[in-house]
Amino acid sequence: MSAYSITEPTLRAKWVAGSIVVLYALITLLPLVWIVLTGFKTPPDSISYPPKVIFSPSMEGYVNLFTTRSRIAADDLAALPPPETWYDQIVRDRDMVIVGPSKFGERFLNSVIIGFGSTALSIILGTLAAYAFSRFRVPLKDDLLFFILSTRMMPPIAVAIPIFLMYRSLGLSDTHLGMILLYTGVNISLAVWLLKGFIDEIPREYEEAALIDGYTRFQAFRKVVLPQAATGIASTAIFCLIFAWNEYAFAVLLTSGTAQTAPPFIPTIIGVGGQDWPAVGAGVTLFLLPVMIFTILLRKHLLRGITFGAVRK
Amino acid sequence: MAEVRLSNLSKSFGATKALSDVTMTIPDGAFVVLLGPTGAGKTTTLRLIAGLDRPDAGDVQIAGASVLGDTPAQRDVAMVFQQYSLYPHMSVRDNLAFPLRSPVLNLPEAEIDRQINAVAGVLRISHKLDNKATQLSGGEMQRVSIGRALVRNPRIYLMDEPLSSLDAKLRAELRIELKRIHAEMGATFLYVTHDQIEAMTMATHVGVLDAGRLVQFGTPRDIYDNPHNIYVATRLGQPRINILPATAFGQAPQTAAHIGLRPEHIAVGDGQAATIRRVERLGDQTRLHLVMGSHDLITLTDAHTSHSAGETVHIRPANPLWFDAAGQRIA
Ligand SMILES: Nc1ncnc2c1ncn2[C@@H]1O[C@H](COP(=O)(O)OP(=O)(O)OP(=O)(O)O)[C@@H](O)[C@H]1O
Ligand SMILES: [Mg+2]
Repeated sequence: MSAYSITEPTLRAKWVAGSIVVLYALITLLPLVWIVLTGFKTPPDSISYPPKVIFSPSMEGYVNLFTTRSRIAADDLAALPPPETWYDQIVRDRDMVIVGPSKFGERFLNSVIIGFGSTALSIILGTLAAYAFSRFRVPLKDDLLFFILSTRMMPPIAVAIPIFLMYRSLGLSDTHLGMILLYTGVNISLAVWLLKGFIDEIPREYEEAALIDGYTRFQAFRKVVLPQAATGIASTAIFCLIFAWNEYAFAVLLTSGTAQTAPPFIPTIIGVGGQDWPAVGAGVTLFLLPVMIFTILLRKHLLRGITFGAVRK
Repeated sequence: MAEVRLSNLSKSFGATKALSDVTMTIPDGAFVVLLGPTGAGKTTTLRLIAGLDRPDAGDVQIAGASVLGDTPAQRDVAMVFQQYSLYPHMSVRDNLAFPLRSPVLNLPEAEIDRQINAVAGVLRISHKLDNKATQLSGGEMQRVSIGRALVRNPRIYLMDEPLSSLDAKLRAELRIELKRIHAEMGATFLYVTHDQIEAMTMATHVGVLDAGRLVQFGTPRDIYDNPHNIYVATRLGQPRINILPATAFGQAPQTAAHIGLRPEHIAVGDGQAATIRRVERLGDQTRLHLVMGSHDLITLTDAHTSHSAGETVHIRPANPLWFDAAGQRIA
């Protein structure tokens, strides 16, 4: 018999908890797995009934996602020189030739620029504002904080028309800057409130100690407050990125070309030459990756938690 | 190393008067101990000198110049905090290096290393240098935070109950160590403690605070022998001074309302009859708990006394202190 402990769960408790987590993971991950698999199917496999779980993988979806193709007559196809690359081959097998790259790469890059750009801006502004609200005597502090929060009380899309008109006259429509500013505007209230909570938890005494140790307030902020707020900054950044990355309504309304992000683009894949589910699956899979990678990179900070340990009471 | 002069210093937090009109000069090279009950304003005094709070009125001068306009960094003081001590996201080594790496000092890493190792040796934390600050016991944290003050060579050391969570042995060792540092470097210390032994053995001067006022300032001997009022008399002395109505032993000065008798100032042999309620043998001394009429007293006697509980002894005051009705000393 092992000794009873308050903090160590028993073996049985671990098993129960583990099984629940696994079950939950299976339920939520299943659609995701299906989409990822669809990306590696051929178009006939993707719509076969009953659905195929075992199939021979193909890169056709990814090739279709990144290219535009046109169908040519069998005689002309036979007259062409042999295909130079594996993806030429895949396309030829469907009686088509590649005529150029698709817009997916560009749109994806737009998403990266706008998503990470607005996240960075939200975090920088949010951290500075949260620090000021947490530490300084700001006149009308409570009213200002309420005002900042109130910008989130109505669904952002409710102001779509004024923003659309405003952006048109300011020349911000369909620009990277315009979308970064817009997403930052939506995220900043969340960032200020979340980060203020985290910074409030960090005792002032640490900064005071740093001030006495010969640092300026800003240096103390950088060396003492920021590292301890890492957990808050990481989780806030993930929230901001998820919103900016997935946002659909404003992206449809305000972008059409140069600055169009991936979400409004992905549905257009379906329309090109029949229902190309493998290409959609491929597009969605790639679209999911950045947020996932970002979260995994910040995992260390999320798990570390806040340290109250070095406090002597 | 510098003289610190506090002039008519006052500080309130809302309705709480944390410090009222405190004037005190800490001579260059002095070791000043601040005594006072909880809430007396000891920490507030240190914070005002360090520049973490602004006084409502009064002036703080270091080395003859007012520092009210200076940032904490410019004042060049080191402080051991009462509560939050270490940067939790750093190792012990980095905690100790932090003051040395400050932009104002700009020391080479080798020199920083040398100083850290020296201080870590003195405080017996060399084996913990690579621990995270959170992976230490309370006493180890306290030693690291003392170390963070000692690695530098500031104009004044401010220490807020730095030895409070150490065991008796370590406390005794560090007391001697701090005293040695004080003597060797001729540094100026302002040191808060509740511990009488620390006050008596380390201090060159003692300041007694009560409810935000400086009640008395002087050498430890002077504070002990010549307390200005009952309050100061009770701060020092273990066991505490006995306070009885002035006439408990017969005649008293005209305006006296209380007589104060330190345990060692009670002569046993003749005088008033008192019953021994309890005999406390501490090894090096023995305490007698007495009841005289309706009054309780404690006195000291030699270690191997043959007295036992229930006996009656005769006592009289030797060296009494007299206080008036307001508690002020009159003789
Ligand atoms: N930041 C603050 N806000 C409000 N009141 C405060 C603040 N700091 C101190 N006080 C009050 O000022 C008074 C003096 O506090 P201070 O911390 O100087 O006491 P202290 O002598 O250090 O006590 P202790 O021995 O318990 O540490 C107390 O009544 C305290 O409640
Ligand atoms: Mg205090």
